[in-house]
Amino acid sequence: MIEQIPHILVLLGLIVSAILTFHFKDLLAATLAAGLFGFLISLEFYILQAPDVAISQAAIGAGLTTAIFIIAIRATGRFEGESS
Amino acid sequence: MTAVEILIYACLAIGVVFNSLGVIGLLRFPDVYTRMHATTKATTFGSIFTSLAVIVYGFFMFLSQADSQYLILAIHAFLAAACLAFTNAVSAHAIARAAHRSGIMPTPAVVDRLAEAKL
Amino acid sequence: MIDAWILAVLCLVVLMVLATVRLVIGPTAPDRVIALDTVNTLVIASMILLGVVYKEIIFVDVAIVYGLLSFVSTLYIAKYIGGEL
Repeated sequence: MIEQIPHILVLLGLIVSAILTFHFKDLLAATLAAGLFGFLISLEFYILQAPDVAISQAAIGAGLTTAIFIIAIRATGRFEGESS
Repeated sequence: MTAVEILIYACLAIGVVFNSLGVIGLLRFPDVYTRMHATTKATTFGSIFTSLAVIVYGFFMFLSQADSQYLILAIHAFLAAACLAFTNAVSAHAIARAAHRSGIMPTPAVVDRLAEAKL
Repeated sequence: MIDAWILAVLCLVVLMVLATVRLVIGPTAPDRVIALDTVNTLVIASMILLGVVYKEIIFVDVAIVYGLLSFVSTLYIAKYIGGEL
């Protein structure tokens, strides 16, 4: 029973961070919420006992995706609806 | 309950308590720099202590059962704690420097030696 | 013995959910980066503990890779906020 409570809390955090990514108008904050989603989904794969998927998700989600989003934000505008 | 179990429980309790203090500081402090002061030091200390519980468990199981995979567990937990300590310190320094460059000042600031030094 | 490890993991996951509150209400961008960094540290600590809970030694290697790779994204965000990128 007590093993299921962290699993449920991680799933709750996944839902909350996905809603936050949709909600923020500041695109840098939305990128940070997407990074939080990547961290938590890596922990979720770890709890589901798939360490190889967790390693690849950590490499892609935590390292590459945030850097590529930051490059895209620098090339365009930081706030939603703003033309560069 | 043996002495080693008491040591492991003490390390886990210290780690969880210091992580809690760090997160409470993150929620309650008024400023970027004070929040960073609370979270970086307290969570690094707490995570090192939870890793120390794993290291003590690995060495104890290796000495009592003579199974080498527990020694591998202890060494890998030590490597993870070392990586955690180094990367946390460097990233906190980078975030503080970026916050200063983006123009955020502490609320009662009267002197700014970093801006005077023109680094 | 297993109950103590999973109880510590439960405490760390609750702290992760609490640190998300600062990511929601943080007034400036560095506040949100600090909250993300805190979640990052807690995830690595709970991964080391879960490796003991599941009795799989190879699981702890994920924590090492994770700690070294999430460092890159934090440095990248800090460079962007400081205007050096």
